[in-house]
Amino acid sequence: MGSAKRFARYLTFKLILLFITTVIGVYITILVANMGGYVDKLRMSQLREEIGMKIMRDPSLRNVPTTQKKKMIEEKVRLEAERLGLDKPFLIRSLYFLRDAMTLNLGRAQFMVSDSGSRQVKAIILERLPPTLLLMGTSFFLIFFLNLFIGLALSRQYGSWLDKIYITMAPLSAAPAWFYGIFLILVFAAWLGWLPFGGMVDAPKPPTAWLYALNVAKHMILPLGAMLLSSHFIGVYGNRTFFLIYSSEDYVDLARAKGLPARMLERRYILRPTLPTIVTNFLLSVITLWMGAIIFETVFNWPGNGRLYYQAIGMKDVPVIVGNTIIYAYLLAISVFLLDIIYALLDPRVRVGSSRQG
Amino acid sequence: MGFLKSFFRELKYYPSAIVGTLIIVALLGVALYAVIAIPYHRAVYLWRGTSEVWYRNPKMVPPSWVNYFRTKKLPTTIDLDSRKEGEVQRTEKKLGDGKQIELTYEFDYTADEFPPEIVLYFYPTYAAKQPFVSGEWITPDGRKVRLGNFIVTQGYSFHMGQDKDLARRVRRMLHVDIPADIGLLVDPASLPKDTSQPVDHKDLRPLKGHYKLHLSIITFSPQDEVQAELLVYGGVYGIAGTDHLRRDLMVGLLWGTPVAMAFGLISALVIGLATMIIAAIGVWYGGVVDDLIQRITEINMVLPFLPILIMVGIFVSRSLWVIMVVTIALSIFGAGIKSYRAMFLQLRESPYIEAAQAYGAGNSRIIFLYLIPRILPMLIPGFISAIPSFVFLEASLAVLGIGDPVLPTWGKIIQDAQANAALYKGLYYWILEPSVLLMVTGLGFALLGFALDRIFNPRLRQE
Repeated sequence: MGSAKRFARYLTFKLILLFITTVIGVYITILVANMGGYVDKLRMSQLREEIGMKIMRDPSLRNVPTTQKKKMIEEKVRLEAERLGLDKPFLIRSLYFLRDAMTLNLGRAQFMVSDSGSRQVKAIILERLPPTLLLMGTSFFLIFFLNLFIGLALSRQYGSWLDKIYITMAPLSAAPAWFYGIFLILVFAAWLGWLPFGGMVDAPKPPTAWLYALNVAKHMILPLGAMLLSSHFIGVYGNRTFFLIYSSEDYVDLARAKGLPARMLERRYILRPTLPTIVTNFLLSVITLWMGAIIFETVFNWPGNGRLYYQAIGMKDVPVIVGNTIIYAYLLAISVFLLDIIYALLDPRVRVGSSRQG
Repeated sequence: MGFLKSFFRELKYYPSAIVGTLIIVALLGVALYAVIAIPYHRAVYLWRGTSEVWYRNPKMVPPSWVNYFRTKKLPTTIDLDSRKEGEVQRTEKKLGDGKQIELTYEFDYTADEFPPEIVLYFYPTYAAKQPFVSGEWITPDGRKVRLGNFIVTQGYSFHMGQDKDLARRVRRMLHVDIPADIGLLVDPASLPKDTSQPVDHKDLRPLKGHYKLHLSIITFSPQDEVQAELLVYGGVYGIAGTDHLRRDLMVGLLWGTPVAMAFGLISALVIGLATMIIAAIGVWYGGVVDDLIQRITEINMVLPFLPILIMVGIFVSRSLWVIMVVTIALSIFGAGIKSYRAMFLQLRESPYIEAAQAYGAGNSRIIFLYLIPRILPMLIPGFISAIPSFVFLEASLAVLGIGDPVLPTWGKIIQDAQANAALYKGLYYWILEPSVLLMVTGLGFALLGFALDRIFNPRLRQE
């Protein structure tokens, strides 16, 4: 079997597995949201409101007495509930919800409105997605490559003062990024006044695209700094230790004995075999970082999905909360899938084939 | 025992482990002290307490020790209560149907800054007609300001900074437009000469010296009684300062310790043990069981953990213990299973397991008596290192506004501070105190965990 075909098969297998995983995840989300019966209550009250408005405002029914109008509303609500399947047992209904959630048919927000004026949860959430992707994507990228290269550099200078500093700093990662965010804001925004307190861009938008990008970059310094403080040292420590273990393997010694240059040794004999594991470890930290985004964006006032989530909690806007949770499930699944592709590209076992999979 | 002895001997060579242990012991001590000194119900009562509990405290002021670092000292609260023996001079004489009560409050003002508020609280008891009060403020240099006349009802309080008549009289005396509670204390020499310019409050300084407040109260029935309390609020309070509800932050900081410890320790312990048992069962039985456990772990990894926790907090219950149970439930099938699995897989092939099987040991016997005890020491570093993440998880939830509704926690203090824009207002102490405690807790456990990891796993365990 060709390696491309095998690669495709591996990815398809992973994709199907992830899809099933995401469906189950979203289903669990729906079950949790429904524990208090909120989703149902919400749908019914939305229905009642819509129908009530329609009948009360209908000019052709102006002369009908109110009591009869109320009766009409009740009857219509009952019919509509039947049509939408709201009278069915929860088990069946939850499958309808699942279908809606998977197709991003997330309903209407109770209180929140998107910047474009829409009350569609989908519009509200999608509008906030680019800032989140920008911030989190940049952070992941930065963290991964910095951790990798500094880890490699430290494994070369095992026991140097820089190495010792990193080991000493590693316990700092016990605190999450938002926590360092508060400190950084305190020092650089409140105290020194060098950098903005939060947000993504200054209030009157910079006129040109170039200045705009520069301004956004300025707003990203503190969040990225906080992210690095909480994940950099532990990551470097882990990578370094890992490289150290691998650089004492026999085949590395053999290569060294052959007189291969240090660069090549590092790239081919140390980095290459360790990368799949490093990617897996990074994947685990990405999952934690996504979860942290809610509070992280809130602390930095970053106009992304995390802060949206926080605002939705404050307003008790249930459709937005449920919808955003589903979006997070998607984001997680996509992150996992992307890293799986990288893993597959890196791990020779996937291409050459082996009995072990996953 | 020999194992423990050599373990402690080795621990000595890791200063970080000693520092970590000391921090943890200190935190446990504080937790114990908090629970004993302020019993649970008292803590909840204090923390949920309204103005009746806390009205004597100033609002949002830093701790007292900031004065050591300041050249311009902030005042401490002056509380003179006529109900207490000897604090206020009191004379009484009969007047018509009722009586006339004279109260004289005297205090020395020595601080370099103004108090945030000056308030008179009245505690009258009267039969029919409300008592009548008039007051006079006497500054150290002998100037007199009439406070005005007012009738006092049950729960009446006179806020000197908010009374319009008093503000007018202060303006007339000083010829500048400043709030009355500052005007009553201001040193006239510090006022600008040019009265047409707006006043820069930074230039103003209070007149130090002996102040007097004279209240003359007339009641209309002999049984009527009026007591009054003068509060010149301070700019600092206690060891920890106060928040927007005038609560002493010390209560929250103290009680946050056992809450954080309990949440972190219980979660980490239960999750660590459960994860290990599940991994052992999966490895031992293999086949379908193992596959099932692996798949559940993968699904669990993609579940949006924090959002689900938040939804539980909003829809079901915000109780810390409910959140803890959900946290544990969602974390049991965590990433830990994979690493334990790798260890158990190696262990399964060991000769002593084979021997156990040969003499007829049952499945559960092998799992619980042969497999698990062998890697239990491996659990300890991971267990210690996992505690901070749960402590911070509780704080994260609290900062998002779904902290426990009754218990004071560190995260809730941070949330209050954030909600009241503490950073923008420069109230750094409010955020720093709980943050430093969180940081110290996190560092303590992380330091010990790192050192233990190196002791227990000399090969710098990775994979």
